[in-house]
Amino acid sequence: MILEGKIWIFGDNIDTDAIIAARYLSTTVPEELAAHLMEDIKPDFPDLVKPGDIIIAGNNFGCGSSREHAPLAIKGAGVSCVIARSFARIFYRNAINIGLPILECTDDLSFMVSGRDKLQVNLEQGLITHLQSGRTFQAAPFPPFMQELIRQGGLVEYVKSRLGKKVS
Amino acid sequence: MSKRSGSTMVEKILATKSGKDKVEAGELVNAKVDLALGNDITAPVAIKEFERFGLDKVFDPGKIVLVPDHFTPNKDIAAAEQVMVLRRFAKRYGIKHYYEVGRMGIEHALLPEQGLVGPGMVIIGADSHTCTYGAVGAFATGVGSTDLAAAMAIGEAWFKVPQTILFEYDGILPKWVSGKDLILYTIGQIGVEGARYMAMEFTGSAIDDLSMDGRLTMANMAIEAGGKCGYVQPDKVTFSYLKGRAKKPYTPVYSDKDANYIKVIQYDVNLLEPQIAFPPSPDNVRPVSQAGGIKIDQVVIGSCTNGRIEDLRMAARVIKDKKVSPKVRLLVIPATQLIYRQALEEGLLTTFIDAEAAVSTPTCGPCLGGHMGILASGEKALSTTNRNFIGRMGHPESEVYLCNPAVAAASAVAGEIVHPEEVM
Repeated sequence: MILEGKIWIFGDNIDTDAIIAARYLSTTVPEELAAHLMEDIKPDFPDLVKPGDIIIAGNNFGCGSSREHAPLAIKGAGVSCVIARSFARIFYRNAINIGLPILECTDDLSFMVSGRDKLQVNLEQGLITHLQSGRTFQAAPFPPFMQELIRQGGLVEYVKSRLGKKVS
Repeated sequence: MSKRSGSTMVEKILATKSGKDKVEAGELVNAKVDLALGNDITAPVAIKEFERFGLDKVFDPGKIVLVPDHFTPNKDIAAAEQVMVLRRFAKRYGIKHYYEVGRMGIEHALLPEQGLVGPGMVIIGADSHTCTYGAVGAFATGVGSTDLAAAMAIGEAWFKVPQTILFEYDGILPKWVSGKDLILYTIGQIGVEGARYMAMEFTGSAIDDLSMDGRLTMANMAIEAGGKCGYVQPDKVTFSYLKGRAKKPYTPVYSDKDANYIKVIQYDVNLLEPQIAFPPSPDNVRPVSQAGGIKIDQVVIGSCTNGRIEDLRMAARVIKDKKVSPKVRLLVIPATQLIYRQALEEGLLTTFIDAEAAVSTPTCGPCLGGHMGILASGEKALSTTNRNFIGRMGHPESEVYLCNPAVAAASAVAGEIVHPEEVM
């Protein structure tokens, strides 16, 4: 799958309280959560972010609580992909389980201009292209088991096939 | 390091539960789950996903635990609706361990207390502090709601076998220094991603001497170092804690002498001071002597980290016959109904009330800025909880400092962050 979008840059250790504050956890609707995405660290972000946009972050993105509302809020805003130097482990598995594309890339992407520059991402190859300069970057490949999870569309589909049932 | 062929406790548990003789760090396994946990924030998402499977039963109604503890007693209509989702699901699927208000507690204090967790178990919970149960020798880790939905359906979860860091704490803990200080110090040393994806094994003479309550506090905050789990190998403290409490027979599992650790980190704790985590990160840790008399507006004593009976005793010992500073609001939240009752019978609650503290029924409430003690802009709280991220306890411009219960009680009296000895 090829994704293309404008980028938004965040720093290291972006925690799940920053992604979606606990005071908004009384709902599980992705679009309602998206209205408060990153609100406490970038109050205008819910207005700025547009479907297809890409989040770029540093180390340990999504640290803190296990709330699946965090990747759901990102998905609800239409963000097409999150690229970070590393992810906190619960966020990592939540994103894979719900089918939010994420990539781990250790290259320094901070030269880009947040809210302006655009990236093209080839998810299967983990290939990231900076459209303004044509520079390319390579993300770490997923282990085969996770590729299978992603290929099946997330954990619910995987379990469905284990149960031999149709999912409504 | 020479080639070591042994296994850690976590490797052995994951091997057994995935039907293998041996597993190596980095390997992906599907393991049988002995207990799956959800709360009023995470379980509604899991239940929504579970219902997509169209199943008329869960994998085992005795191995699922649902605890409405975050926004309870229901803080508003939306929270009430979420708890209703749990209540109906529990009734429909015959979930044995559903804990209603008045019979409940904060999940990670409640499950050990009720004897639901024990050595050798694989426990997942849709709550990041599920790692708490490593204190009794289980492999326990936080997952997301979709993981919980899958586990409720098939009784399994996927794991990458973690590498393990061995932490050795040697010496005798000074007065007023607790498990909370050991873990805050550790997080301060290695950082919030120092143990990312890894298991943290706690050992050494200071751990041998540490109570189960202190160990639960340490394992609880493994996640704040990015850890997948934190654990103490079962020993006599474990067995005496489990005696008359464990609901099922258990098989202790131990790390081999020649287990393969990615790193061994040793700390001498003889001179350790009480530790304070400054905002906005649990790894921004300094000893209390360097806290510099920071003025505070609210103090919270409670949570899955420090709401157990030993924590309340420690706080009561400090605050007895004193008054909370007129500039401070002190909230005391026993973590479970049993702890509440025990604190009542021991006279601890009278001590807190006489000191002019507010005492609350069990809830996660203020820890995550849910309810029961939200901060206004510019306010500072000192708290025995586990996180101090931006906006964690309320307004994005409020701040949270983390500490042990003795420092919290002393600081409530002083109106600023102090060492307990300063008010004794």
